[in-house]
Amino acid sequence: MAARPTAKRSPRRDDGGEHPSGDPRFKLIDRTLKRFQYQQDALIEVLHTAQEAFGFLEEDLLIYVARQLKLPLSWVYGVATFYHFFSLKPQGEHTCIVCMGTACYVKRAAEIVASLQAEFGVEPGQTTPDGKLSVATARCLGSCGLAPVIVVDGEVLGRETPETTLSRLKALLDTSQPEPMAG
Amino acid sequence: MNRADLENMAQREQERQQGFRCRLLCCASTPCLSSGGTAVADALQDEIARRELNAEVQVVSTGCMGPCSRGPVVTVQRQGEPDLLYENVTPDAARRIVQQHVQGGEPVQEHLLPLDIPFFTKQHKVVLSNSGLIDPERLEDYVARGGYSALAFALREMTPEEVCAEIIRSGLRGRGGAGYPTGLKWDLVRKAPGARKFVVANGDEGDPGAYMDRTLMESDPHRVLEGMAIAGYAVGAEQGYIYVRGEYPIAAKRLERAIRAAERRGLLGSRILDSNFNFRIDVRIGAGAFVCGEETALMASIMGRRGQPVPRPPYPAQRGLWGMPTLINNVETLGNVAPIITHGADWFAGIGTEKSKGTKIFALAGKVATTGLIEVPMGITLREIVFDIGGGIPDGGTFKAAQTGGPSGGCIPAQFLDTPVDYESLRALGSIMGSGGLIVMDDRSCMVDVAKFFMEFCMDESCGKCVPCRVGTVEMYELLRRITDGSATPADLATLEELCVMVQETSLCGLGQSAPNPVLSTLRYFRDEYEAHIRERRCPAGVCSLDQVPVLEWPDRLHAQALAGNGSISGEVN
Ligand SMILES: Cc1cc2nc3c(=O)[nH]c(=O)nc-3n(C[C@H](O)[C@H](O)[C@H](O)COP(=O)(O)O)c2cc1C
Ligand code: SF4
Ligand code: SF4
Ligand code: FES
Ligand code: FES
Repeated sequence: MAARPTAKRSPRRDDGGEHPSGDPRFKLIDRTLKRFQYQQDALIEVLHTAQEAFGFLEEDLLIYVARQLKLPLSWVYGVATFYHFFSLKPQGEHTCIVCMGTACYVKRAAEIVASLQAEFGVEPGQTTPDGKLSVATARCLGSCGLAPVIVVDGEVLGRETPETTLSRLKALLDTSQPEPMAG
Repeated sequence: MNRADLENMAQREQERQQGFRCRLLCCASTPCLSSGGTAVADALQDEIARRELNAEVQVVSTGCMGPCSRGPVVTVQRQGEPDLLYENVTPDAARRIVQQHVQGGEPVQEHLLPLDIPFFTKQHKVVLSNSGLIDPERLEDYVARGGYSALAFALREMTPEEVCAEIIRSGLRGRGGAGYPTGLKWDLVRKAPGARKFVVANGDEGDPGAYMDRTLMESDPHRVLEGMAIAGYAVGAEQGYIYVRGEYPIAAKRLERAIRAAERRGLLGSRILDSNFNFRIDVRIGAGAFVCGEETALMASIMGRRGQPVPRPPYPAQRGLWGMPTLINNVETLGNVAPIITHGADWFAGIGTEKSKGTKIFALAGKVATTGLIEVPMGITLREIVFDIGGGIPDGGTFKAAQTGGPSGGCIPAQFLDTPVDYESLRALGSIMGSGGLIVMDDRSCMVDVAKFFMEFCMDESCGKCVPCRVGTVEMYELLRRITDGSATPADLATLEELCVMVQETSLCGLGQSAPNPVLSTLRYFRDEYEAHIRERRCPAGVCSLDQVPVLEWPDRLHAQALAGNGSISGEVN
């Protein structure tokens, strides 16, 4: 992961920021780049946009962002890996985030994680081999009054037990059709 | 817009609201929404439309009202009558509320939550005074309750020096953890030489189990923005940043909207309220790193870098963002600013204790009957919070400890329930006020496991820059893990204690320096639980499984003697 492409491939940034692949999602990144006038300080904002558009930060994206901001790739990589929010691996079709904050911990959120591990064979941070389900943990989702809290595909659910979580997820995975890949 | 326009706007909005015979305020904060709040609001709207009451009855989506575990909650305001609050509202109950209560009949008794219970009467809402009463997405709602008049007053009637003096006199201290006097910090930044200066609102709120800042940003975003603008005027800054945790997308979105609305009306931006003061605010979204709440790391993150702390001094007040003097305050601290300017420093200093003025918001969670967000005067006792406001321990459990201050804090045992909650008293007990997470634990919580939980947190969140923290937290976690799985020896406990002191004294930033606190405070009050795990291989709370066998590093004979010295095991080792 050296700063391989930065120096050679981008002599100047006068290409208007267009990505050669023509993938329209790069337009979103370009818009953010322009909004911040290609300032290097905007790196995190740009990575947020990139992850929103693509779902995760593939190497190609990091290279593109590094070139546009004239930063060494190692720098961009260092920032992307420092923050938990950025993911360098693709996410599953569905996601289940279990809150492991203090309030949820006191209400035994660990048992929910254990049950997910037992049922789907995934540790937090992993995706099932069929790419259907990603499991993650979070540090307090700010709904502590309803602990333990989980988030399934963006929906916050409170007062969960291992049983309710499992049945919810099983129902979700059963009904989900084998769709064409998003994007 | 000038001051007169502001007053006009407030008046027009008040009249508009009085034009409704009845207003239904629905909590639309995350906890209530996740217990079915959306369906309730829809049911209310449907029923009102069905009965063609749209002109006389208004449904408003508000921020959090406090008793989150009893959500979804709905407040009914009828002209000329005191407000009534409904709890656990179902769509069905919502329809009945419209049919009966709104139409002039009796309230729907089963869902009524009386407002004269200690949960409400013991609270004192200063920062949250609008939360749950206004639509956070409408500037007019905020202005109608006196919003931006403190900014207008400060700009016209006060010099920056006077604003700082007022905040100093109020005795306000930082709500982000350390409790540094806010006015003094403002004055330092005001006096610091610099071509440009910045104001940063710290909305990172990394402490697990705490959600005060999120609620304030979501429920009353303009309150924070007004506080920032007043701070900007006081210190001479023209640019502010509000750093919002990545996990709080709704808060970020509402703040963005609020900023745009305020800019459109000339309440932010250039020549604010026809004065010579310019102030812009930008939102920065965090990316999930606890250490970014630390002020130097936060600044690095705003500048797009890895959020790793640097040694202080120089303090941000001298050299902050891009090397310029920077004021960093917690979101809740800034939420106190407008009321202080409006009501005066003396009014504020009249609330709370001698050294801790004003109120504090706590996120009351864990094993209490009513969990939620509360704002109480400083100096209230823990007992009042847990038993009066929170309604005590459910399911017949007994109170064991209250954890305050998150991973930097500690546990307070039952014998100190009557301690007043203020900065000094909590510190004397080996805990801290912290940002305001207050987790109640009953006799089914194992304190060693709690310490392990926080150590795992610190280990994961250590930024890795300095060795004592990076390696020390891993070592301490490993020792705690051994204690909870039964494989620890008495020597391990001694090592753990030594490590605590070492990590505390040699780490670079607050994360490492305070990481041992939960261990030290549980050792201080619950040492017998540690000993029971190690010597009797028993978890008094029944949480740990203790299925590992100790790996003895000493000859068996010596180990047996050591154990016998304690008297709990009679010399035999398996
Ligand atoms: C590891 C660590 C995490 C912190 N997290 C936060 C936080 O999430 N929110 C916050 O306001 N302050 C946090 N602080 C404290 C800030 O560094 C800073 O003192 C505070 O924002 C100052 O604001 P105040 O004077 O208004 O309290 C943290 C400190 C440390 C050492
Ligand atoms: S010591 Fe390790 S972590 Fe630190 S910069 Fe070098 S490679 Fe990175
Ligand atoms: S104490 Fe921990 S978090 Fe702070 S700088 Fe050192 S390694 Fe990073
Ligand atoms: S601890 Fe889980 S939501 Fe706060
Ligand atoms: S979220 Fe509705 S009362 Fe707190």
